[in-house]
Amino acid sequence: MASILSVQNVNKRFGGLKALDEVNLEIEPGTVHAIIGPNGAGKSTLLNCFVGRLTPDVGTVTFEDHSLIGLAPHEINQLGVSRVFQTPEIFGDLTLLENVMIPYFAKRDGAFSLNAWKPMAGQNDVRGKAEEMLADVGLGEKHAMVANSLSRGDKRRLELAMCLVQQPKLLLLDEPTAGMARADTNNTIDLLKTIASRGITMVVIEHDMHVVFSLADKISVLAQGHVIAEGAPNDIKGDPRVQEAYLGGAEI
Amino acid sequence: MDAILLQILNGLDKGGAYALIALGLTIIFGTLGVVNFAHGALFMMGAFCAVSIKALFTLEKVVLDPTKLTAWGTPMEIRTPYIESWFGDVGVWMIDYSVPLSILLAIPVMLFIGVAMERGLIRYFYKRPHAEQILVTFGLAIVIQELVKSQFGANPIPQPAPDTAKGMLDFGVMIGFDAGNVVYPAWRLIYFLFSTLVIAGVFAFLQFTTFGMVVRAGMADRETVGLLGIDIDRKFTIVFGLAAVVAGLAGVMYTPILSPDYHMGMDFLVLSFVVVVVGGMGSLGGAVVAGFLLGILQSLASMEEVKQILPGIDQIIIYLIAVVVLLARPRGLMGRKGMMEG
Amino acid sequence: MVAIIKKQSDLVLLLCFAAAVLAGPVILQPFGAGYPDLLQKFAIFGIFAIGFNILFGLTGYLSFGHAAFLGIGSYTAVWTFKLLSMNPLPAVLLATLLGGLFAALIGFISLRRTGIYFSILTLAFAQMSYNLAYSVLTPITNGETGLQLRQADPRVLDVAFGRDYGAVLPSSDLFGIDMTGYPGFYFCAAVLILCFYISMRIFRSPFGMMLRAVKSNQNRMNYTGLNTRPYALAAFVISGMYAGLAGGLLAVTDPLAGAERMQWTASGEVVLMTILGGTGTLLGPVIGAGAIKYFENIFSAFNENILLNTFSFLPETLQHAVVSVASLFVGEGWHLTLGALFMVIVIFLPGGLMEGVRRFGVLFKRKADSDGPTETQPASAE
Repeated sequence: MASILSVQNVNKRFGGLKALDEVNLEIEPGTVHAIIGPNGAGKSTLLNCFVGRLTPDVGTVTFEDHSLIGLAPHEINQLGVSRVFQTPEIFGDLTLLENVMIPYFAKRDGAFSLNAWKPMAGQNDVRGKAEEMLADVGLGEKHAMVANSLSRGDKRRLELAMCLVQQPKLLLLDEPTAGMARADTNNTIDLLKTIASRGITMVVIEHDMHVVFSLADKISVLAQGHVIAEGAPNDIKGDPRVQEAYLGGAEI
Repeated sequence: MDAILLQILNGLDKGGAYALIALGLTIIFGTLGVVNFAHGALFMMGAFCAVSIKALFTLEKVVLDPTKLTAWGTPMEIRTPYIESWFGDVGVWMIDYSVPLSILLAIPVMLFIGVAMERGLIRYFYKRPHAEQILVTFGLAIVIQELVKSQFGANPIPQPAPDTAKGMLDFGVMIGFDAGNVVYPAWRLIYFLFSTLVIAGVFAFLQFTTFGMVVRAGMADRETVGLLGIDIDRKFTIVFGLAAVVAGLAGVMYTPILSPDYHMGMDFLVLSFVVVVVGGMGSLGGAVVAGFLLGILQSLASMEEVKQILPGIDQIIIYLIAVVVLLARPRGLMGRKGMMEG
Repeated sequence: MVAIIKKQSDLVLLLCFAAAVLAGPVILQPFGAGYPDLLQKFAIFGIFAIGFNILFGLTGYLSFGHAAFLGIGSYTAVWTFKLLSMNPLPAVLLATLLGGLFAALIGFISLRRTGIYFSILTLAFAQMSYNLAYSVLTPITNGETGLQLRQADPRVLDVAFGRDYGAVLPSSDLFGIDMTGYPGFYFCAAVLILCFYISMRIFRSPFGMMLRAVKSNQNRMNYTGLNTRPYALAAFVISGMYAGLAGGLLAVTDPLAGAERMQWTASGEVVLMTILGGTGTLLGPVIGAGAIKYFENIFSAFNENILLNTFSFLPETLQHAVVSVASLFVGEGWHLTLGALFMVIVIFLPGGLMEGVRRFGVLFKRKADSDGPTETQPASAE
C-alpha cells in the first residue's frame, strides 16, 4: 500500500548536535503508528518537521503527493494534517464552541476568508457540527464555558475535538496522555481507538508503553536521531536493540 | 571629509544620550520584563535637576543701595545670589559649574524616584500583559511631564555650560587638519566622554560585581534566577533605581546642548525605543552601538549635501533605519532569540 | 433558538444606540454638552475609537500610530474640498479610502512583527509621517500653519455644477445644507451609527471570531490551517479606514488640517478612549471617546475663578489650598488629568467602564437572585 506520509533521508542539526540523522519513515494510511524512544531521541524534532515548524537540513517529507518542505504550518494543515500538542494549544479566551467552530471554518473556507458580513447567528450547521464534536469527546455540557477554565485533561480533549472536526487525513499526537492519571489515560486510549476505527491515520509520540501497545499497529524506535527498529508491537517488545536503547528496558 | 568628520562628531553627543537611555530601557526590560514608556520622563527629570540646582544657586538677595539712584530717582537694587554673598568666589564658581554640580543632586534624587516608581507602580505590572505595562507607564509619563510643566512652565529653560567649556574646540587641529575646519563645541565633546564613561561604568558594574552577575543572569533567564532563591524583588528595585540614575545623568549633562522643556523626555523616549529595537531587544551592547550609530546617521543626514539629494531625510532617517532593520533582521542588530517574541 | 434571540437583541442594541445618538442634543443638554461643536467631536472620535477597537480589541495588536491615518484623512478631505467640491460626501469617501490605503501599506510592513515590536513600528511610521508633514511635505500639508481653504481654490465639480460661493470663504455643505452646527452633527451622527452597525456585523461574524482567535493564540491558528497575517492586516486596514473617515469628518466640520493631529499623543488618546470604555466591547469605545472629549471640554474650560467659586463653601485657607491643587488638573493642566486617568483605568479597571458596569450588574443580579428565583444564567455562547 502507498504510504500517506513518507519521510526520506531527513537530517536536522542544531549547531553541533545532530538531532535527526538519516531518518526514513513510511506511514501507511489507516494505521496508528507510534514513535517511541528515550528522551532527546529526536521525536519532537521529527514531528516538528512534519508540520512546518522546522525544516529539515536534508531530506524530503512527502504527504500524499505534496512535498511538505518549505510549507507554512497553515498550508500543511490545509492539506489535511492536524496536530495535538504536548501542552494543549487552544484558544483560551474563547468558548469551547468557538474553539471547535474555528477549525471547522478553516477547513471549509480556507486559510483566509473575509466573511465579515455573514452573521455568526446564521451558521447553524457549523454550530451543530461543533456541538456534535464536543459531545463526542465528552465536553458537550460545557460548550458555553471559556476554554481557559477547563482542567488540563479537558483541554486535551478539547484540542482533540478541534483537530477531529477538521476530519484530518493524518492526525499527529505529541504525548497525548502525558501527566494524566491512569483512569484518564484509559479514557483517552478508548477515545483514540474510536477515532482510529474511523480510518484516520495517526502518528503518536508517547512515553507510556501501556498506551503504545494498546494503540499502535506499528512502532518505530528512535534513538539519537536514528530509527533503530521498526515493526509490529510484538516484534519491538522482543528486540534487544530497543531494550538496550532504553537502558535495561524495564518499561518494556 | 572635514565636513563628514564634523557631522560624525556632532552625532556623538546625541548618540551618547540615546545610548544611555536605551541602556536603561534594555536593563529594565531584560531583567524585569517591563516595557517602560516612562523612561524618557526620567531623562527629563534629570535635566530638571540641573534646572532646579541652577535656580537654587541663583536665588538672589535684594539690597537697596540708597547711595546710588536709578534714572527714576529710586534707590538702586543690588542683586547678589545668596550663594555668592556666603561663599564669595567659590559661590561664583558654583553658579558657573551648576550643570556638572547637579550630578551630585541628581544621583540621590533619581535613585529615589526610580525606587519609588518601582515600588509604587512598576512591580504590580511584572505579571501583566505588555500592552498594559506600556499603557500604565505611558500614563505615568504624561503625569510627570505635566507636573513638570506646571512647575517650570512650558518654555525651554537654557542652561549654560561652565565658562571654560563654553567655547569651541578646534578639534581638527588636534588630528592634523587645517585650523578652523573641524570646530566643535567643547561641551559636546565633554558630553560624549561623559556618556562613554557612564556606559563603561555600567558595563563594569555588570561585569565585575556579584550583583551585576545576577542581573546578567536574570537577563539571560529570568525564571531560573528566580528559582535560585535569590531575593529577586530587592534586586529588581535596585536595578530600576540604577537605570533611573543613568537616564537622569544623561539628562543633567545634556542641558547645555538642548535647553530642557517638559516634552524633551517624550521626544527622546520615542527615539530611544527605536534605538533599543534596532540594537536588539535585551542586548546591552546593541543598545550602545545602535545609540551611537543612529546619532551619527541622524547627524550625517542633516548635512545640506544629503538633504539636497533626499529632502526631508534628516527628519525620518532614524525611523527609516528602524523599519529596514526590523524587516531585514527582525531581532535587531545584536538581538537574541526568544526576546519578546510572539 | 439562541441565534434568533441574539439577532433580536442586536437589533435592539442598534436601535437604542441610534436613538441615543440622535437624541444626543437633548440627552446631554443637562450636562452642559448639548451644543453642536462638542457633539460633533463625540461622534467623530467615537468613530475613531470604534475602528481602533476592531484592531486592538479583537486582535490585541496595540498600534501607537493610528493618529497618522486620522491626519491623512483630514488632509485628503481638505484637498478634496479645494480641488473637487465642498460636498462632504466625496471628501469623506476619499478620506476613508486613503486612510485604508496607507493603513494597508504601513500594516503590511508593521505586521511582520508582533507584540512590542509592532507597537514601536507603528509609532515609528506615525512619527515619520508627522515629521514629513512638518518638513518636506509642506507643499501638500502647508506645514505649521495647517492646510486651509482659499477662496481661489478650483473646486472643479462645484464649478461644473454651477455652484458659486461668491466672495466668502465657503464651508462644507451637503447639497445646500451647511455642515456646521446641528446639521454637521447629524451628518456625523448618521455616519457614526453606520460605523457602529458595521463594527457590530464584524464582531458577530466568523471573521470577527477569527480576529479574537488571533488575540488568543496565533500558534494554534497556524496549526489549524489559518493564515494569521491577512486577518490581522484586514483588521488593521479596516481600523485605518475608520481613522481616515474620522479625520475626514473633522475636516468637514472644520475645514482645516494640521500636522499636530498626527502626533503620537493623539495616537495615545485613542488608545485611552478605547480602554477607558472597554477594550473589545461594542459600546465601550464610543462611551470612552465621549467621556474623554466631555471631560476635556469641561476641565479645559475651568479656571481659577470658577474653582474659587466652586470651593467657596470651604474656609478661606482651605479653599485656597484645595484650589491650588485642583488648578493643576484643569485648564492647561487637562493633560495631567488625562494621564492620571490613564493610570487609574489601567491599574484598577483594565476592562474599562463596560467591565465596571458588568461587575456592577453581576453584583446587582446576585442580590436579586437571593431575593427570589429569576431567569437562569445566560446560555449565550457569544
